[in-house]
Amino acid sequence: MYQYTDFDRQFVKQRAAQYRDQLERNLKGQLGDDEFRPLRLQNGWYIQRFAPMLRVAVPYGELSSAQLRVLAKIARDYDRKDENNLDKANPGLSDLNSLPSGVAHLTTRQNVQYNWIPLDKSADVMDLLASVNMHGIQTSGNCIRNITSDERAGIAVDEVADPRPFAEILRQWSTLHPEFAFLPRKFKIAITGAKEDRAATYWHDVGLHVIRNEDGDIGFRVIVGGGMGRTPVIGTVVREFLPWNQILNYLEAVVRVYNRWGRRDNLYKARIKILVKAEGARFTEEVEAEYQQILDVDGAPHTIDQTELDRVSAAFVPPALNCNRKDADAKIAHILRAAAEDDVEFGRWLQQNVAPHKNPDLRAVTLSFKRLGYAPGDATSDQLEGAAALADEFSAGEVRVTHDQNLVLPWVRCDQLPELWRAARKLGFARPNIRLLSDMITCPGGDFCALANARSLPVAQAITERYQDLDELHDLGEIDLHISGCINSCGHHHSGHIGILGVDKDGKEWYQVSLGGSDGSALSGAPVAGKVVGPSFAADEVADVIEAIIDTYRRERQTVQGSNETFIATVRRVGTEPFKLAANSMRTSTGKAVHVTETEAA
Amino acid sequence: MQTTIKLIASHAYLMGSEGQNGTQKVLENVLHLANDADPRSLELAGVERIELSFPKFSDGRAYSQAFLLRRRLGFKGEIRATGDVLIDQLVQMQRTGFDSAVLRADQDIAHAQRQFDRFHAFYQGDAVQTAPLFAEKAAA
Repeated sequence: MYQYTDFDRQFVKQRAAQYRDQLERNLKGQLGDDEFRPLRLQNGWYIQRFAPMLRVAVPYGELSSAQLRVLAKIARDYDRKDENNLDKANPGLSDLNSLPSGVAHLTTRQNVQYNWIPLDKSADVMDLLASVNMHGIQTSGNCIRNITSDERAGIAVDEVADPRPFAEILRQWSTLHPEFAFLPRKFKIAITGAKEDRAATYWHDVGLHVIRNEDGDIGFRVIVGGGMGRTPVIGTVVREFLPWNQILNYLEAVVRVYNRWGRRDNLYKARIKILVKAEGARFTEEVEAEYQQILDVDGAPHTIDQTELDRVSAAFVPPALNCNRKDADAKIAHILRAAAEDDVEFGRWLQQNVAPHKNPDLRAVTLSFKRLGYAPGDATSDQLEGAAALADEFSAGEVRVTHDQNLVLPWVRCDQLPELWRAARKLGFARPNIRLLSDMITCPGGDFCALANARSLPVAQAITERYQDLDELHDLGEIDLHISGCINSCGHHHSGHIGILGVDKDGKEWYQVSLGGSDGSALSGAPVAGKVVGPSFAADEVADVIEAIIDTYRRERQTVQGSNETFIATVRRVGTEPFKLAANSMRTSTGKAVHVTETEAA
Repeated sequence: MQTTIKLIASHAYLMGSEGQNGTQKVLENVLHLANDADPRSLELAGVERIELSFPKFSDGRAYSQAFLLRRRLGFKGEIRATGDVLIDQLVQMQRTGFDSAVLRADQDIAHAQRQFDRFHAFYQGDAVQTAPLFAEKAAA
């Protein structure tokens, strides 16, 4: 992990002190709510239905066990429903009593969120975070947000180069950038160094791929203008190859053009994707012209020198770990033989939750936070401490927050897999469902979020309850189910093989279902937004609709060389018609009525 | 960091009496630039001051304009922030090349200085301190 220098540590503390000053002025009436709003947002503080929400930055998803323990402490001591004055709450349709508290929530952008911290405690929480080099800098607001990356950065077998040193250099460059703190809208960057896109790079404002050119030099493919929301757009490649040391100069050009030209008259047209679409080639020309000026006139001040790259890279040297693979294989084979007699859970866990590693002696292990009784990606304080203990014992003290709202242990010795499995199982993290139907992406939805039109968590729960049988889940294979409570798309419904989107009509919750979306991974194919199957469904129809779609897949799928065609492959092959038919036959309360306006809106 | 940006109370600006004793000379050649204008289209010869505007403090276009004027075009005159200018954005203004700011009427200058005292340095280069921190360290 990156090791904070004295400067870095001091900077985070100064930021916490600055926030305390702003909060105190706000509470004393010296700083108006409207003026305070973007300042608190740029520290991760939102006002939601019941209480503020805090989004803690986890740069490119990396956390140490010490940081996890502080996150656990915050969950325990501050994420408290009972300490909020709920008189002014706007509960919407949610059932206050059933909402979780005392938990941290893992997000699709690899951050961590809390839902119940009273605002007057917010500065204390920032100090606590700063004690382990953490903060909420630029996790919200119209600025360059926390930078995300591949959950297997630095360990993936298909990696050209470790993206983390670049992600860290980008983090530093974007932190409190004076020119880019009030952009037209938020600005999200994702970076990967692997061939497989585990970071949804084409869905970001900027996606970066670390690549090697024909001469063997390292550089970036630069993608600009992807995004979800009301207008899903796949990013455009604006540079096939940019030398690595020019990335800051180039991004300065991209963001400056966006800051100058991006629309500010309409919230829904303010993202860079709209600008890139509207201007087409002119956008890229302007960026290239601006970049040339930065090089020629400004003297390319942010050219990264080798010394800096080496300094930052030194922090990401892998821990020296090895194991006797032969012994490990024998041990695992023995357990698998024993397990075959009672259950096959360990084997399934090896298949779904354990991934190969750059170091053949090591494995990347995903701890599943998709289990019955918890919202997807929620972790209690005890569970966070449990994960910290697993990280210390099995993973060189490090975990990663994944885009899919789980935790990854990146440095697991192959001979320790059986012990880790047992320990993880005790903690409830060993459910072998990674990438399967119940490993769904879900936003907090209308239960917490004031923007949402409908709740996401009850839908996720209903589907999770229905698909508990591991035999069935494994038979269905890998399916991306993504649920968003509104068109802002925090639950990435556009990129799900099955997407569910909450919409609001007459103050009631309705859900649009879409099929065939892709995040851009090898399994899902070229990134694309899913297609809506028809008018929206009533809340009590959704789980039946999903089941009907799944049953249709089971009926339609082919067997290819002894294995089942995947869900997404079946949808691509047969088209959405049979699925639509099945989904629409599940209508009860919505009857067979067709709400034309809505299909058009999609 | 050192405060170099000159803070002007809004009433003083409106009265045209900016100095403590109101004796500051009145500039002849002042340009007011709309915040969607491209500063590179301006004729800068003889211009003594350019006033950039923040229609809302959350509209950040003038930061890029100031940067381009100061850094790209080498404008040596005064760059002034006007409009919805709040003390919590003064550090950014100074860093992007503004050298004076007319504060919104309700702003308390007493709280402004603290904002400059807080951070002694930043990661990225800007219009004033052009090199990023890592290049500074390498040169040191």
